[in-house]
Amino acid sequence: MATGDRKIGDVLLKLDNISLSFGGVAALTDISFDVRAHEIRAIIGPNGAGKSSMLNVINGVYHPQQGTITFHGNVRREMNPHEAAAQGIARTFQNIALFKGMSVLDNIMTGRNLMMKASFLEQAIWVGRAQREELQHRRKVEEVIDFLEIQHIRKTPVGRLPYGLQKRVELARALAAEPSLLLLDEPMAGMNVEEKQDMCRFVLDVNEQFGTTIVLIEHDMGVVMDISDRVVVLDYGKKIGDGAPSEIRSNQAVIDAYLGVAH
Amino acid sequence: MADPSARSQPDTFPRLLLQHAEVRPKHPACREKDLGIWQTWTWGQVADEVRALACGLAAQGFRRGMHLAIIGDNRPRLYWSMLAAQALGGIPVPMYQDAPAAEFVFVLNDAEIAYAVVEDQEQVDKVLEAIPQVPTLGHIYYDDPRGLRNYENVTSFDRLQEIGRDFDRAHPGWYDGEIEKGAPDDVSVMLYTSGTTGKPKGVCQTHSAFIASARGGCTFDRLTADDSVLSYLPMAWVGDHLFSLAQWMVAGFTICCPESGDTVMTDLREIGPTYYFAPPPVFERLLTQVMIRMDDASAIKRGAFHHFMAVARRCGAEILDGKPASLADRVQYALGNVLIYGPLRNVLGMSRIRVAYTAGAAIGPDLFRFYRSIGINLKQLYGSTETCAYVCLQPDGKIRFDCVGMPAPGVEVKIAASGEVLVRGPMLLKEYYKRPDATAESIDADGYFRTGDAGVIADDGQLKIIDRAKDVGQLAGGAMFAPNYIENKLKFFPHIKEAVAFGNGRDEVCAFVNIDMGSVGNWAERRNIAYSGYTDLAQKPEVLQLVRECVEKVNAELAHEGSLSSSQIHRFLILHKELDPDDDELTRTRKVRRGFVAEKYKALIDALYDGKTIQHIETLVKFEDGRTGMVAADLRIEKAKTFPEASAQIAA
Repeated sequence: MATGDRKIGDVLLKLDNISLSFGGVAALTDISFDVRAHEIRAIIGPNGAGKSSMLNVINGVYHPQQGTITFHGNVRREMNPHEAAAQGIARTFQNIALFKGMSVLDNIMTGRNLMMKASFLEQAIWVGRAQREELQHRRKVEEVIDFLEIQHIRKTPVGRLPYGLQKRVELARALAAEPSLLLLDEPMAGMNVEEKQDMCRFVLDVNEQFGTTIVLIEHDMGVVMDISDRVVVLDYGKKIGDGAPSEIRSNQAVIDAYLGVAH
Repeated sequence: MADPSARSQPDTFPRLLLQHAEVRPKHPACREKDLGIWQTWTWGQVADEVRALACGLAAQGFRRGMHLAIIGDNRPRLYWSMLAAQALGGIPVPMYQDAPAAEFVFVLNDAEIAYAVVEDQEQVDKVLEAIPQVPTLGHIYYDDPRGLRNYENVTSFDRLQEIGRDFDRAHPGWYDGEIEKGAPDDVSVMLYTSGTTGKPKGVCQTHSAFIASARGGCTFDRLTADDSVLSYLPMAWVGDHLFSLAQWMVAGFTICCPESGDTVMTDLREIGPTYYFAPPPVFERLLTQVMIRMDDASAIKRGAFHHFMAVARRCGAEILDGKPASLADRVQYALGNVLIYGPLRNVLGMSRIRVAYTAGAAIGPDLFRFYRSIGINLKQLYGSTETCAYVCLQPDGKIRFDCVGMPAPGVEVKIAASGEVLVRGPMLLKEYYKRPDATAESIDADGYFRTGDAGVIADDGQLKIIDRAKDVGQLAGGAMFAPNYIENKLKFFPHIKEAVAFGNGRDEVCAFVNIDMGSVGNWAERRNIAYSGYTDLAQKPEVLQLVRECVEKVNAELAHEGSLSSSQIHRFLILHKELDPDDDELTRTRKVRRGFVAEKYKALIDALYDGKTIQHIETLVKFEDGRTGMVAADLRIEKAKTFPEASAQIAA
């Protein structure tokens, strides 16, 4: 009984004819698709299909040789990750990228970094604006902690946590940035069934509660078909399918890519 | 209320609430940790919140005599809901929040629930799942709105209070009138028994019974408005109702609700309650955690810890009780207090504790002594749902681990010829709901309630519980067989979590054992024993040897206990899965359903008595999310050494 009045809006992000190559290796060839506001958009494909490269293009880590990206109506060829973050794009990584020695709370606080306006000196002596700001950011972070049900590990160093919880902390940090577009790179990889169920629920809740648009890469087909609104399928850097989960399920090119074809 | 004496001693919970709001409006009444910060409500605020809530319920059609289901973790708003129902002359029915929807159905139907206040989406989903089978249920209110935005036919707590405030403005004085109508003999709460046998029964308790029990307890331990408690035990349990509601209302102290079930330890430290209540497993888990961490500590710390713990074992309990101890011991203990005991109490969140109680099951002597020796005034009490958890209490300074205390003020205790403990007093239940047969059976002609426990009164007047009366049986040789007594001895070892002994009508005693995953797992890791999970670990030869040593120690003790010496355990096995309430093997209060277990694992019992050495078993298990799976294993049956009967001697 999850979705209800959640309305899929206009196009938020549009990728046109994106091509990316590293030397002679073509990672992405002439890919176009769009992401609508408030939807959950999945990118799937076999290993090496170019899924992570696609995310890296979206948040500016890689700069495509051809094609344009339209985000919030602004057309661009390239930008750096810092700008992407400032425009409201947050992400998690396939291999967890947290500060292992820092507590969960501090890790999530780093997600607010871009919004801190106080100067270094003000923060060092913690007066006036710096103090007000930190209290306000801490409140937001606490809301995220409450949302993801990780109160019990608030003060635990991240390195001591099991894998599933670290993934959740990473999601928390991304959420703390209050993104309008959230990129999740295999949020459920390596999890057991129970952890996957939890994560699915959190992804759906984020989408429903905050209206966040989500682009996710996932290998678990059950998960993808269950939670996403539309799916893009990549294979060898090319787009071979795009549509609702039910269409993808019966798309012959997709079935061939996953199961192989007789030659 | 013209009579001034009646004014000073309110006789229903809603009147007590009004009195606190008048006498100490600014005093903190409850706290809850929300978004990482402890939020406080004063008595004045609580009275307002309850008023709005009660009026809201009334506006929605809730009337005198109706039942209000309350389902969720300990939340201030759920406690307020109880008071709101009582103010309207309704009866709150708190239910175990961890039970699956299927188990809700029986209670919801039995109590003809039409209104329910629940905590969050999880509970709303479960109640909605139960609705098709519960025709009466029509009104559901929730506390935490998360994930519930698009639900239909459920109302938020805030909205309910809004409706209530409007209703209150439109009907001034109506609320006070309803409280006026309440009488001390009205049923104040209905608590369902955990149902060790058969279906749960609704125990109807009156305002006067709970208030008398709470007053007795507060006087006995000198509890005042300045005390504070952590409310973290299931709200459906009589113990929580006595400590977090009845005594809260009588003494006017502060109750604190933890942030979530997983944060209780941290919250305990932050709050530092002065009055604490926990069943033995909680104390056990705390001690196990301390011991595991000490094993990983540096050699110096470990050395200091073990040295001072030896000192504490020698004289700590005596010093706490004000009994004589040598000067050298006192000096050592004072030093230990600075270096070890104080910091340890702080880590446990028990720095400020004046009185701590344990009840619900027998507590191991080592465990009990550990807490007392580091200066925590841990005591035992005895009671049941039918007696408002108030029958016997241990007075300060007269502490024995094998007894549960003296009869509490106003309570009469006697032992029937059959050995069963009978009690009489103001705390007795009014009746079992819709079960006059059960009510008549449990209360005898003289007004004594049959507790169902077998016990004796020790020479100093304290009550000693031996076992459940119906569980006490005989071995084929005619000797008494008290399974609980044996199981408790086994469970006192940190490596053994649960045990079930068999022997009624048989020649010898045999037992099932559940190992404690935390404790044995850590033990195995330190010895480089690799294992994949519970089932695997349980059948490791080293683990079987470890458990055998425990069993043999129990046998050695039993050999010294006269008639019980023939109850020594001859053979045992370690079960392939943990006994679990989801599989109906335990009650929700974690007591073994003996008959059910014996039937379910009949093949294993036969194997124990046939003298086999190995037995294959497959069992269906239910997971938390309601799915099922199979667990299969070959269980080894182990023999344990038994000892010849030694001359009986009195246990220390």
